Amino acid sequence: MGRELQQQVSFTVEQLVAVNPYNPDILADLENYVNEQVLSQTYNLDANLCLLRLYQFEPQRMSIQIVERILIKALMAMPAQDFSLCLFLIPEQVQMEERFKTLIVLSHYLETSRFHQFWEEAAKNRHILEVIPGFEQAIQAYAIHVLTLTYQKVPRPVLAEAINVEGLSLDKFLEYQAANNGWVLEKGSSRTQLVVLPRNEFNHPELRKNTADGIPLEHVTRIFPVLV
Amino acid sequence: MASSYDYDDGLYDSRPYPSSAGGQQGGDLGYDPNFVPDSVKTFVVHLYRYIREKNVYEILQMYEGSFQRLSERMFRDSPWPSVEAVAPYVDNDHVFCLLYREMWFRHVYARLSPTGRQRVDSWDNYCSLFSVVLHGVVNMQLPILWLWDMVDEFVYQFQSYCQYRAKLKNKTEEELQLLKQYDQAWNVYGVLNYLQALVEKSMIIQILEREKEGLEQFTATDGYDYQGGSNVLKMLGYYSMIGLLRVHCLLGDYHTGLKCLAPIDISQQGVYTTVIGSHIFTIYHYGFANLMLRRYVEATREFNKILLYILKFKQYHQKSPQFDQILKKNEQMYALLAICLSLCPQTKFIEENVSAQLKEKYNDKMLKMQRFDDEAYAVFDELFSYACPKFITPSAPALEEPLINYNQDAYRLQLKLFLYEVKQQQLLAGVRNYLKLYSTISIAKLATYMEVDEATLRTILMTYKHKMHAVDSDGKIICNSDLDFHIIDDIIHVIDPKARKLHGDYFLRQILKFEEIIAELDRVKLD
Repeated sequence: MGRELQQQVSFTVEQLVAVNPYNPDILADLENYVNEQVLSQTYNLDANLCLLRLYQFEPQRMSIQIVERILIKALMAMPAQDFSLCLFLIPEQVQMEERFKTLIVLSHYLETSRFHQFWEEAAKNRHILEVIPGFEQAIQAYAIHVLTLTYQKVPRPVLAEAINVEGLSLDKFLEYQAANNGWVLEKGSSRTQLVVLPRNEFNHPELRKNTADGIPLEHVTRIFPVLV
Repeated sequence: MASSYDYDDGLYDSRPYPSSAGGQQGGDLGYDPNFVPDSVKTFVVHLYRYIREKNVYEILQMYEGSFQRLSERMFRDSPWPSVEAVAPYVDNDHVFCLLYREMWFRHVYARLSPTGRQRVDSWDNYCSLFSVVLHGVVNMQLPILWLWDMVDEFVYQFQSYCQYRAKLKNKTEEELQLLKQYDQAWNVYGVLNYLQALVEKSMIIQILEREKEGLEQFTATDGYDYQGGSNVLKMLGYYSMIGLLRVHCLLGDYHTGLKCLAPIDISQQGVYTTVIGSHIFTIYHYGFANLMLRRYVEATREFNKILLYILKFKQYHQKSPQFDQILKKNEQMYALLAICLSLCPQTKFIEENVSAQLKEKYNDKMLKMQRFDDEAYAVFDELFSYACPKFITPSAPALEEPLINYNQDAYRLQLKLFLYEVKQQQLLAGVRNYLKLYSTISIAKLATYMEVDEATLRTILMTYKHKMHAVDSDGKIICNSDLDFHIIDDIIHVIDPKARKLHGDYFLRQILKFEEIIAELDRVKLD
């Protein structure tokens, strides 16, 4: 019964954002929706941007805690650029708050692939991050995404640092990936393990659909009068 | 070129105004709002008649031609006669009066300096005008240029008011009283909701959808209604989508702005390209939003197209009152293009004439930017500040002491975040230059050349990949870079970096060029 009601609420919120977004009365609904996204591990960028806009219009109604949650959720949406999209809407003085500065630093580390520093900093700020379920997995997914863009075969230590998993847990993790996502383990040059990541167009150039040399039809039609 | 740091558009700054009563302007020039010269009498009578007859051609002549000529000749330094004085000549028609007043205020903004009172009154006029249109009782056909100008001016006056409202330091007591009393004027909710309402009530999104399936004629008729109906609501709705994109860009919400524009397919011609002002403003904001969203290829492509268009066609618009605006946006877009290309070098999407112009204006600056040192940031700052929209702070001002000017806050935030992004891309140019030279290179060697340790190099390489692969609006990953690589263990394999010459395109262009030359030569008669 409770879950049904919950679903009804989020359905209505999405509709609200689509149909009547410039409406100060939906602010409370949007705030509740943020909390719901946190609990149910879902995410809706449009609704969160809508809320940040309303805070921009009426700064006295801004809730720092909600903004913090939106930012963490945005961080979890990487590689999408949602975190910067949110920052564009948050006034500079607000961004000077300590907890936001921390989040901005974390975002910076992720944007520049400094995973080692990221996990270190994250460990120091457990209290902020642990409130949001699914945070660790989301960042690990992002790390794997970047690795897959870059590497065909990545040395195990690099992978370990990126996802902050080592030893037996890493072994288990690799087993799981090998079974479900097509990862393969190989022996590398300097006796480290190599992890062969799934093939895609970004780490295997031959898979990229090559449209560069194609000429659109409209361009060719330009010379038809000449050819006749 | 205007000085790049001149953030305040001097012409539209509210000069310190003698706070005379009743918003009278040019008192020393003897302006009498109730005096209606004969030429104005004729003008309004004819315009009123043509509107009633739905004679769009004549309306356009009067709107584009006569109005400008009369303004130039008789109202260079003063407003047009007041609407009350003019109303008797047009049967006191309510809608005509609203239209006249809209033009009246637009004239004041363009040639004079609006007072606080006038700004508020203009807001009231727009509210009345849009309400009338939204109630669906307007049965007119107006030139789409006029309808574009209305929406354009509406957004412009909103932006101008936010700037005006945020400069509290030198305001007189009277002006502050006005702000306090009319705190609902130009409030951001109102502006956005009117635009949104126009989009919805006009059902323009559904019309565009149906058009794709061949069930509706809209683009083919250039937004006019040949079945005896009215095009006002439809076109206002259409242009309001562009209006929403603009307002969202001013607020810094690029994602939603692009969503508002989504129903218009900008890869094709459409009604938005018919009026050059609308074409340019659409692409300018579209490109800027994409730039802030790191979709450099998309921004580059669209800037290139519009700059080429302006190059070819600007001579036809020299007499237009929009000409200055066109030139300014042209310059701004070259600056934005320079930024895009410095962050994400391309050869593919730039047409040669545009490229030549770009080199002429910005070659030095682009070389500087690509060095990514301190001087480079200064150049990024300069170009961004010159070319960016006039960002606004939408919230109501705090009218208690101390009174400050905070009109630059929004701009400073966007600039800061932009430069932050540029800084994150600092080391990528170096990587690109090295990778251009090799087909394979070990991580250890490249690390030595770049004077960093191996771990740092790995992070730089991953950053390159991450920054060069943007996530587009559908969630897909698209590659922005012309230079790509992948790593196997500790060897970097670079994908052939030679810029592929687009032979096909080159030959097509040369064929057409030679045809032109041959045709020219054929025309030459030798005596």
